[in-house]
Formats: sequence, structure tokens, C-alpha cells
Amino acid sequence: MTAYRLTSGGLVDRGANLDFKFDGKTLTGLSGDTLASALLANDRLLVGRSFKYHRPRGIVTAGASEPNALVTIGKGASTDPNTKATVAELYAGLDARSQNRWPSLKYDFGAVNGLLSPFLGAGFYYKTFMWPAAFWEKVYEPIIRRAAGLGRVVLERDPEAYEKCWAHCDLLVVGSGPTGLMAALVAGRAGLRVILADEDFRLGGSLLAETTRIDGVSAQAFAEASLAELRSLPNVTIMPRTTVFGWYDDNVFGAVERVQKHVAMPQAKLPVERLWRIAAKRALLATGAEERPLVFGGNDKPGVMMAGAMRTYANRFGVAAGRSVAIFSNGSAGYQAAHDLAAQGVEIAAIIDSRSDVADVAPAGVRLIQSGSVIDTQGRQRVSGIVVERSGFEETIACDAIGMSGGWNPVIHLACQRGAKAVWSPELQTFLAPDVGNGLVVAGSAAGRYTLVGCLADGAQKAAAIAADLGFSAPAEAMPVVEEDIDPSFTALWYSPGAKAKAFIDFQNDVHVRDIGLALREGFGHVEHAKRYTTNGMATDQGKLSGINATGLLAAMQGISPADVGTTTFRPFYTPVTLGALAGTSRDEHAAPVRKSPLHGWAQKNGAVFVDSGLWYRPAYFARSGEKTWRESTDREVRNVRENVGLCDVSTLGKIEIFGPDAAEFLNRIYCNAFLKLPVGKARYGLMLREDGMVYDDGTTSRLSSEHFFMTTTTALAGGVMSHMEYCAQVLWPDLRVRFCSSTDQWAQMAIAGPKARLVVQALVEDDISDAAFPFLAAGIVALKGGLKARLFRISFSGELAYELAVPAGSGEAVADAIMEEGRAHGICAYGLEALNVLRMEKGHVTHAEFDGRVTPDDAGFGRMVSAQKPDFIGKRLSTRYGLTAADRMQMVGLKPVEADQHIRAGAHLLREGAKPSTLNDQGYVSSACFSPTLGHDIALAFLKSGRERYGERIVVWDKLAGADVVAEVCNPVFVDPGNAKLNV
Amino acid sequence: MASLIHCPHCGVRPKEEFSIRGDASLVRPDPEASDEAWHDYVHIRSNPRGRYREHWQHVAGCRRWLVVERDTFTHEVFSVTDGAATAREAGR
Repeated sequence: MTAYRLTSGGLVDRGANLDFKFDGKTLTGLSGDTLASALLANDRLLVGRSFKYHRPRGIVTAGASEPNALVTIGKGASTDPNTKATVAELYAGLDARSQNRWPSLKYDFGAVNGLLSPFLGAGFYYKTFMWPAAFWEKVYEPIIRRAAGLGRVVLERDPEAYEKCWAHCDLLVVGSGPTGLMAALVAGRAGLRVILADEDFRLGGSLLAETTRIDGVSAQAFAEASLAELRSLPNVTIMPRTTVFGWYDDNVFGAVERVQKHVAMPQAKLPVERLWRIAAKRALLATGAEERPLVFGGNDKPGVMMAGAMRTYANRFGVAAGRSVAIFSNGSAGYQAAHDLAAQGVEIAAIIDSRSDVADVAPAGVRLIQSGSVIDTQGRQRVSGIVVERSGFEETIACDAIGMSGGWNPVIHLACQRGAKAVWSPELQTFLAPDVGNGLVVAGSAAGRYTLVGCLADGAQKAAAIAADLGFSAPAEAMPVVEEDIDPSFTALWYSPGAKAKAFIDFQNDVHVRDIGLALREGFGHVEHAKRYTTNGMATDQGKLSGINATGLLAAMQGISPADVGTTTFRPFYTPVTLGALAGTSRDEHAAPVRKSPLHGWAQKNGAVFVDSGLWYRPAYFARSGEKTWRESTDREVRNVRENVGLCDVSTLGKIEIFGPDAAEFLNRIYCNAFLKLPVGKARYGLMLREDGMVYDDGTTSRLSSEHFFMTTTTALAGGVMSHMEYCAQVLWPDLRVRFCSSTDQWAQMAIAGPKARLVVQALVEDDISDAAFPFLAAGIVALKGGLKARLFRISFSGELAYELAVPAGSGEAVADAIMEEGRAHGICAYGLEALNVLRMEKGHVTHAEFDGRVTPDDAGFGRMVSAQKPDFIGKRLSTRYGLTAADRMQMVGLKPVEADQHIRAGAHLLREGAKPSTLNDQGYVSSACFSPTLGHDIALAFLKSGRERYGERIVVWDKLAGADVVAEVCNPVFVDPGNAKLNV
Repeated sequence: MASLIHCPHCGVRPKEEFSIRGDASLVRPDPEASDEAWHDYVHIRSNPRGRYREHWQHVAGCRRWLVVERDTFTHEVFSVTDGAATAREAGR
């Protein structure tokens, strides 16, 4: 037995036993325990294996910097790997497993790496696995990855819920120790909106492990009373279990709140974690200081722990880390731990102090070795002794745990996350936060004021200054009286000389002193290089314990000041944040919402098979019984539109209502073709260019009255066109009197196409829509039978006699049902995206498959549409430059296979017959292709160099992906009704 | 970049509500201007360190185009003004 539960004391509920599992074995802890304190209470010293050498490792800290005690918690899809046992709140039924060991923690096969360690020094992987290059990906990396794994990620879907929130406050206090509590009290009493956040489940920070008395009560009672007052203030929000992980622009802080990570069965109505963005006018960093480990031979054995952590386990959790504890210290903190442990009845084997002539007093009867150096530890899977060297003499002292205290590293991560570098303090022998302006102020131990009196005063004073700065008045207050206070000063010791075993700096990544020396010798002495060369500080703990020691060692080895070495870069997150919290609710349909057309219900009733199409969920085809493939359905739909009539949902087109006396002028400048003189009651096809002369979008725009136009855009560019128009109207031509708004979602729009379209539409419309009264490209408002006002456009994408009918979205389904009902006698069918696409290809109509950003109007056959008369329009000037008017540009043509049963696929390239496939020989490419039910063979739209001069020529359609070359004939891209006889009937 | 943008129409809003177009100092040349002037306007962009005026659109808010003057190095935002007002002042 080494570690054990003390018979009394601690902030644990001794009446509330909690059963939990570790590596399958059931153990018992107490309410108020962390997993780590419960494991120690059960004498579980060995909790993990190290990353590289698979050395046995035990719990080192009592907090967020823990490098060793990483476990996997949970089962199945709710598994969390790499959870720090030192911050995991114990609950009944918690199921934890150790990591990085096989077959078991005690007998780990990977430990053979330890025997090979002479060959596994820093940079080993870089040097050894260089050759042959192909081996890296296939052989070396998979083996290294398997051997060096931490916890395994679970590939099942995470069943838990997460959410994201914003919070706003005058003052954010990070940390609830003496500094944070005083700051929150002062600011809260002054009336500031205060948020007090702490990563722990119990607030109070270091006060929870203090033995001194404040204002006549225990430190714990003082913390509780302070929190009770804060809870009573309506302007103060207390956020336990909340890690403030990042500081961002405009004083916005990122924080993650673990709402239900500490319960066995999370409630469905609550998230397990919340990601907060806290917009704080001011913030006060009261994050305390991290105790610095000492670098000595054998310092990684289970049983070696931070002296402060031993205090915390004893005072807060009522757990002794050992029965006979040796303390190795370079300052007062080690003595404080010795006193507290001795008071709990723990034997102190010895205090080894690296300093000489110190004023600190050891507990009565405890042996004190000054000017001592620890050179090794004894024991295999747990410590059994400590080897001390003094004045050249070696001595072994039996003990079952070692507490080390190497001074303090203020926790300044947040202050350094936005580029400002930490500043070395020669007096304090540590790095302090830089001055980062008044948005973020560092106080208490985090600012190097380590005494309890100093923390309380600093928190109060800085909070009062912030309150005054924000216009609040904070009354001067009497400071709490601290009975006994110690100044935990120290003399930096970067390396305990004479190590007879590996002296580790980074426990998690297995970096030891010799690795740092090697990095320096091989030219990687810069602190950022040394980090990457040795991997020091690159593990999941991000060097919380190892970073400053590496800096100190690099300085000591070169005989320079740590100020000249500096620190590595501090980056968010302070501790790892789950991907679930970062994603929040943005998963599945919440990440990409299912956007349904107003005719969705109609489509469903008619047997639609839906497909994700951009932002929308659209009918691809309407399967009828007996149809086995999408092609069968599509071919039927196409034939029916060509022979009878079909109804297609085109509600997803972007729709923009444009108003104003200058609306026509505005359109004239937006489109490359003329719009100024478009008559009322007419629709016109329009082409929008980018300023570089390429086609941006196309669509039809109708003039409903002299100052009201209705524009449609392609579905995918509805948002883009809107923004483009807003830019033009607001920034380029702010004096044009034009206003517009999107009405995409307000209209249900349907295309009724086919030779019998008029019969169907006329049956529903009161107005006369004969060819004479409502000719091709007519547009206007009509009355439907029953009185509903609708917009009717005689436009055609299919090449057939066709109408587009727009009705208010809420009436869409009823109108579509009525059309189907009227159309039944004429053989109407619903048709989907696939048929729509085939119909337009047969007619040679373009989509964004053709307008891919490299195509000019002339390339697509619209050269004559571009106005030469207009003084200006978007894209005018650059569309005349040489490259865009060259004769050998690729022009849109049609292709049909010479042998009718052969297939052409979009994306294929075009070559002259006999030419080798090469970039130089590239003649063009296929933009769209399909089987044409009307013609009985494949057809394609393609871009071919000087294509319009080459109708009749044979060309090779080279399709490397499909592995087939097809010979095709170049032809006019309008395959069906090139004379437009079907439109004008 | 900034975390919060003070939209002159909507107040302080998170940056995710905005989309950024780029350099706000560009002035669309006259249609008769030289090839070089048009080439500069359409294709050439500087990438300055320090003060920079950009067009941002409040796409998830008022949908106005704004001129955001900010420091590309410190991320400090100096001013946010309405793009149309700025364009009018510039005599466009």
C-alpha cells in the first residue's frame, strides 16, 4: 500500500460512496472526488504508459496540466478518449480505461521500446525513416502510429447534443481562486455585470487546498461565503465546469461548459457541452500559477508527483499520496506540502532542498538535506526510494512517494494567445504576461503575486480599477485578514545535476534532458526548433509542465538568460475542446438545412425521387410502377413533354422584384444585352457578365409595369446575384433610384411544357392566352379561375410550347394539383430535374455546366446579344480585350456519336483523330451529355476550338476515366427544332 | 479580422454575419479608360500590412455594403460606414 484515503478531512462526502470501473475492475470513491483522487485512494498509482518508451506512469498533478493520467471514459459511441483523470469528476458508474498499453497496463509489450531507447533519441524518426521514400507512407508511418497511439477515437456517431451560446458582460473573471473571488466580489458589489468562470466543478481554486484561516474561518468556508454572496447578486453569473480556452479579437473569449460530462446518463433535453463566446468589456485573468516540475534522474516513476498536488489530494480530497513521502524542492512550497502531509499523519522521509542556507523550517523531526541533488529513483512500477547526492556522497532514502516543487509558472496562456510574447522576470525567475492593454488584466498568482494576501489584494484592487474605468464606483473595502501566509519564493533549478537515469522534461512525449542537448548540438537550439525536433510540448498537454523547463534548459546549456531563449508560441485552445462542442448544433440537416420547395408536397404525392441540388431538395424524377431505373422514368417524362405535356417545379429559381424609376437603367447596366426598352408585358432572356467579361449568370427578366421588373436567376446563384446587384446599386451607382428584394421563397413557380400546354393552362386561366393574345415571351398578371392572381410567363427551357406560372407559395400545391387534374385528359406527367436537363440539352440551352466562369457570351453563341450601343455595362470594357475575342477560342457545339450506341460523358476532352492525348493537343471538352430519348442516341454540348466552323467534322471524345474513346460528329448544338417552330404556335 | 463588427444600421454583430469583398479604395474606371486602368481595377490587388479599407456586406443583417477600415496586423477596427454614403461622398 502506498496511497490511501485519510480517515478524515477533505471536501468529499464520506457518506456518499460512488462505484466506478477502471480497466474493468470495480473500485469505490466518494462524492467530490476526481477520478484521479479516487484512483489514488484505491492505491492505483500506475495509470498510463508513456507515448514513446511505454514507461509506466502515474498521476503527477491535480489539474488541467496533467500529462500522464489520460484515460478513456465511456462506452460505445459516447466514448471520450484522452480525458485527464485529474479533472474528470467522479460519478457512479463511471467507466474508465487506461490507454497506450497492450495487452495490459502492467505488462505492456511496447515497453520494449524502452530497451531500444538509445536508438530512439530526438529526431530519430526523421533520420531513420528517410529511405526509401515510398516506405514512409506505406510501412514506417502506420507502424509508428500504431505503437504511439494515445486514446482511440470512436468512429460511431456521437449521440450527444451540443450547443453554442453568446454571453455579454462588463467583466469576465477567469478563475475562482482567492484573486478571482475577490475581483468578482468587488466588481459585483459595484454593479458590474460579472461572469465568473472556472474549469473546476467546485469553485474556490487554491483556497480548496489551503489550511490557513481567513477572517477567522477556514479558507474553504471563506470561499463558500464569498460564493454565496456572489450567487445572491443578480448581476453576477457563476459558471463552474467552464474552461475559458481562448482570447479573440474585440475581447471575445471562447469557453466550453461541460454541462453533463459528469453524469452517467445525460438528460436528452440538455446538451452535454456548451460552447460559449463571451463578449467581455474587460477581463481579469485570475488563473493562478502552475507548479514547475523538477528535472532529475528517474523523475517519471509512478509516485513522483507535484508537491502542490500532494497538498491538494490531502487537503481537498482527503487522500495521502504515500505513507512515506520524500520532498524535493527549491523553494518554500515544498516545506508547505511537508507540513500539511505531516499534519495528516504522513511520514516525511526527508526534504531535499537544492538551495543552501535556507530559512524555511522542516516539520519537527524531519530530516532536511540542503544543497542536495536527486540523481535517481528506485522501484519499477512505483517508487521505492530516492537516490540523493550531496557533496559527492550518494545516499538512498526509502520512500513510497516523492513530492517535487520547482517553483511557479504563472498561467498566462490567454494573455499570450494573440501574439504578445511572455516576458522573463529575473526577480521572480519566471515568465510573466506581457502588457496587452486594458481589455485583459492579469492578477494574483498569474501575475506573480503568490501570497494569499497578495492575491486577495490584487484581485480587489484591479477589479476596482476596472469598475472605475467603466464608470462604476467601487467603495473601498477592508481586505479579509489572513492568519498565516507564506511566500512561496524559490531559486530556479533547471536540472538536478548528476542524473543516473533519464531525467524527463515532457512526460507525455517522453522528452528527456539529453534530447534537448542533442537538439542544441545539431543546430535546433532555437526554442521553436527544439520543440519540433524533440517534440517537447507537442503532446495533448501542449507543454503546460514542460515548456518553461525546456526554455530554462536551453538557456542553462548555452549559459544565457531564459529571456534570450523565450517561450514557444501560446495558441488556443488552453485545453483540448471536443469537436462536438465546436460543431454545436451544426450537424446533419442542421449543418445544411433541408430546403424544400413550396411544391414539395405535390412532388411527394406524384412519386418524386428527391435529390440534393445545391441548397435545395428537388425531384430528380417521378418513378412509376414498373420503372426500374432513373433512365426509364426520365426517358418517359421527356417523351411525354415532347408529345403531350408535363409539369415541372421551378420554384427554386432565384427571384428578385425590382422597383423604381431607374429600374430599367439599372438592369441595362447589369445585363450585357439591352433592357431599357423592354416593353411592359414582355419577358427577355438576359446575360449577366462579370467585370472581366466572362458570363456570370443568365435568366429571364419580365417587365410587369414601367417601374416593376421581375428577375429570375439560376438556382445556385440566387444569393450571389442578389449580393452583386446590391453592390452595384449601393456602391457603384448609389444615385440610381432603384430598390429590390428577393422573393424566391414567396412564389411557387411551375413550368407547363409540351404541345398541349396551352390546353391545360387555358383551362385554369380566365384571361385569353392564345398565341395572338399571349405570344412567345409574353409576361403578365393573370386571374386564375377562382380569383387567385398569378404571374404567367410564356418562356420555354424545353423548346416546347411552354408557360411558367407563379402563384403565392401557400397556394402552390393546390394550383399544381389543379393543373394535374386538368392535364389528366391531355396525358400530363410530372417531370423532374433529370428530364428538365435532357430537354434543355436537346434544345441546346445552357446552364452553369456551360457557364463555368471561363465562357464569354460569344463562346456560348450569344455574341450578337451583347450590346454595342450601350455606353457601359458590367463587363463591357474587358469583354473587348484580345484574349476574349480571339478566333480560336473554344465555342459551344453539339456532339453526337458516329456509332449511335456509343456513350459520351461530361468532362471528356476532345482530340483530333490520331492525335495523342496531351495538353497541347487538347481541342476542347464536353460540358453536358445525356441520352436523348427524342433522337435515340447520346448527345452532348461541348466547347471546341473554333467550333462553329467545324460542324460535320469527326472528333475523338477522349474519356480516360471511363476508359473509352468515342468518335463523334460535331454539329449544331440545337438538336431539336432549330427553327423554333414549336415555340411559336 | 475582427470578432465583432459595429454595423452602422444593426449595431454590434458577430463577424460571421458578414461577407468580405475586398479593397474599398478601388474606383470603377470610366468605360473609355485605358486597358491598364481596367486591368488594375479588375485584377491587381495589394495585400497591405496595417490600415486597410474593405467592402464588407452585412449579408445576414441589413444587407448593406459597408466600408470597414481596419488594421490587417492588429485586427483593430477603426470605423464602419455605409458604402453608399461613402461612395456618394467620393462623388460617385
